[in-house]
Amino acid sequence: MDLSYGSEYESFREGVRRFIAENKASAPRAGIGVASGRAGGDLIGWQAKLIEHGYAARNIPREYGGYGAEPDILKRVILDEELNAAGVSRGIGGQGPEMLVPTLLEHGSESQKRDWIGPTIRGEVVWCQGYSEPGAGSDLANVQTRAVEDGDDFLITGQKIWTTTAHLAQMMFGLFRTEPGASKHGGLSYMLVPMDTPGIEVRPLATMTGESEFNEVFFNEARVPQSNVVGERGEGWKIANTTLRHERTMLAASAQLESALLALLALMKEEQSNGVRAIDSPLLRDRLLRLQSRVLALKYHDLRMLTARIRGESPGTAALVTKLAGCEVSHQIAALGIDVMGELGVLYEGSPRERNGGRWQALHMFSLGLIIGGGTAQIQKNIISERGLGMPREPVAQFQLQEQR
Amino acid sequence: MDFALSEEQMLLAKTLERYLEEECPITRVRELVAERAGHDGGTWKDLSELGVAGILVPEEHGGSGLTLLDSAATAESLARGVAPVPFLGSAVMAPIALAAAGSREQQARWLPLLATGDCRVGVAATELVSTRDGAGVEERSGCLHGTALMVIDGPGADHFLVPLAGGERLAWVDAQAPGLSTTRLKTIDRTRGFAELELDGVKVEEWLGEGGAARDATRRMLTAGRAVLAADLLGACARAIELAVAYAGQREQFGRVIASFQAVKHLCAEMVAELEPARSLVWYAAYAFDAVPADAEKMACHAKAHLSEIGPFIVRTAIEVHGGVGFTDEQNLHYWFKRVGVDRQLLGHPDSLREEAARLQGWVD
Ligand SMILES: Cc1cc2nc3c(=O)[nH]c(=O)nc-3n(C[C@H](O)[C@H](O)[C@H](O)COP(=O)(O)OP(=O)(O)OC[C@H]3O[C@@H](n4cnc5c(N)ncnc54)[C@H](O)[C@@H]3O)c2cc1C
Repeated sequence: MDLSYGSEYESFREGVRRFIAENKASAPRAGIGVASGRAGGDLIGWQAKLIEHGYAARNIPREYGGYGAEPDILKRVILDEELNAAGVSRGIGGQGPEMLVPTLLEHGSESQKRDWIGPTIRGEVVWCQGYSEPGAGSDLANVQTRAVEDGDDFLITGQKIWTTTAHLAQMMFGLFRTEPGASKHGGLSYMLVPMDTPGIEVRPLATMTGESEFNEVFFNEARVPQSNVVGERGEGWKIANTTLRHERTMLAASAQLESALLALLALMKEEQSNGVRAIDSPLLRDRLLRLQSRVLALKYHDLRMLTARIRGESPGTAALVTKLAGCEVSHQIAALGIDVMGELGVLYEGSPRERNGGRWQALHMFSLGLIIGGGTAQIQKNIISERGLGMPREPVAQFQLQEQR
Repeated sequence: MDFALSEEQMLLAKTLERYLEEECPITRVRELVAERAGHDGGTWKDLSELGVAGILVPEEHGGSGLTLLDSAATAESLARGVAPVPFLGSAVMAPIALAAAGSREQQARWLPLLATGDCRVGVAATELVSTRDGAGVEERSGCLHGTALMVIDGPGADHFLVPLAGGERLAWVDAQAPGLSTTRLKTIDRTRGFAELELDGVKVEEWLGEGGAARDATRRMLTAGRAVLAADLLGACARAIELAVAYAGQREQFGRVIASFQAVKHLCAEMVAELEPARSLVWYAAYAFDAVPADAEKMACHAKAHLSEIGPFIVRTAIEVHGGVGFTDEQNLHYWFKRVGVDRQLLGHPDSLREEAARLQGWVD
């Protein structure tokens, strides 16, 4: 264990502080974790500045448009701490930068890396994830959308569903069945699909938040070059799991939780009921402290997982629990934010007297979506117990369908 | 730059676990604690030879001069084995108090005896956190009067550390001093000893530091104690989960092992999902004690509070996974349940620790 701040780190922190002080006026404010879509000009400009200074895309090689620094857990902590404390955006995240980019770095061809990583981390290209289908949710390997070979191309036909940001995205990374005769898991390929390909139709789905964060995507012989397959044909399951691993890390990112907790603390210092600030209510304060314990635990847990990753060790069961634990905390932070506002906590849709733009309600609902998306809480528990603890799989229940008939 | 236990720390934990498995397995623990007589069958002496007693004692005084993180790794191993030894008082709180506030002579006299395990110290810390039943110790014309409850590792101690006036002064008292009487208290956890002290004009053998020095030493001792108790909770929980998973893999019902029932698997998954991030919290809290002083008190409060919240969930769930046999004396699970139950209350229960963490952050006046 060594987190000692040498002078190198002092000056790194100084640099980050100076950068924030100089740029704060133009910096976008930090959100509290609701879906990101296409980045606006201010965010794109901010992201470019962050990358230039090594405060975003820090460990992505320079030849692909990143900053090219060696991974360093302390610098990451310092960055998160300073950006969070200033309440400014930590830059562009989401499915492209945080899920696809690490997947390409692991499995992509040289030209895929050169073509896609730079524009993705700069926020120029928005991605969506085409995994789920009506018949393939938790049972993701049951993907049926076909990609049929046609010369140098594939023709894709079928349907994806719950595809977040598909209505905004220029590109999709997804799982398609390319090897009809092969096994359930062995017949899939991971492909990069331009969303403007003829034969693709996107239909937004309204969600409980009142927005349309996700969509249905229909494919009718959409033509995609074979060179858009990431890794080998038939290897899609393995590669999709790389992406899922990064998704679970992203969904539970402790820096996001810390930022939400800071926003909650600010709210509690401000909101009053019967003339008493929420932070001065022992009951509400205790709930805040309970959540702080959890956020701190996940913060140091992230450092532990990061250390293992940098060393190339497998952290085992410990790495499998972060999504389950982190998404739950996010939901509970939002729930406390609402309680702090009492009856006024239910105001929404820009109502008069709404607080914080209704974002605590939005986070409360959105974080429930995160508990389901990326593998439900129950599926996480299956993974933890089976892959982590080595417990046996549930035997297939064959009799149920028959009984129903 | 890394966030992980060192090779040496992992080796230390492994060595202790192996020693306890071989020399003091749960069957032996049961025998030793059956009479509540405080015999440990030489376990503390053996562990002292392995360096456990002197882990925090500076090398110049015959110890290993290691950090609180090493103590935490040790506490985790001891709790896994529900070892019936006076680690917290004699090997954590006392050496820290002496090192922080003792004069050069006091250190030279007592630290070497702590390092070999020959000096056993009971710590009267309860009244620092909350006073009940009219307890409390005060000094009148150089002698101590009053009552100290729940003295940690009190039975068998040859000396007592007694903080006065909320830690403004720190007295080192000989257990044989006239006017001192000790009553063994029985807790649910037989693996650790607690005593009540009655002091009726007891002469103080040494005062450790005065004013600021005593106060700082008391705070440090309390902070270290909390972080190490969090590690104890961690070890007890980790062991309970292992036992539950192993049992689930053997027990058959409805023609299959119960580990294949999703309801059982999910209970086990929930236990580790609580424990693993908490492990990272405990490591950081212990590390911060030596390396990040500004964070140390707050992190010790959080770590101890959080582990005290998830601990009872984990040990009761581990018992539930066992079904009826989990409830029996014979299956032994209650040893970890009870260890957790005691840890939770010591040196501040979770609500008061969270309040202290809030105060440390300036969130309460
Ligand atoms: C906000 C949000 C955003 C999303 N974004 C995307 C996206 O961008 N791209 C994408 O591809 N998908 C996305 N999804 C889809 C998401 O991955 C799926 O909803 C999820 O994997 C669950 O699949 P399902 O909806 O078919 O539910 P089902 O699999 O039908 O699950 C229904 C219930 O059954 C339980 N269940 C199912 N199988 C088991 C089992 N083996 N053991 C125990 N319980 C089980 C589940 O836990 C759940 O409670 C998103 C979902 C949400 C909510």
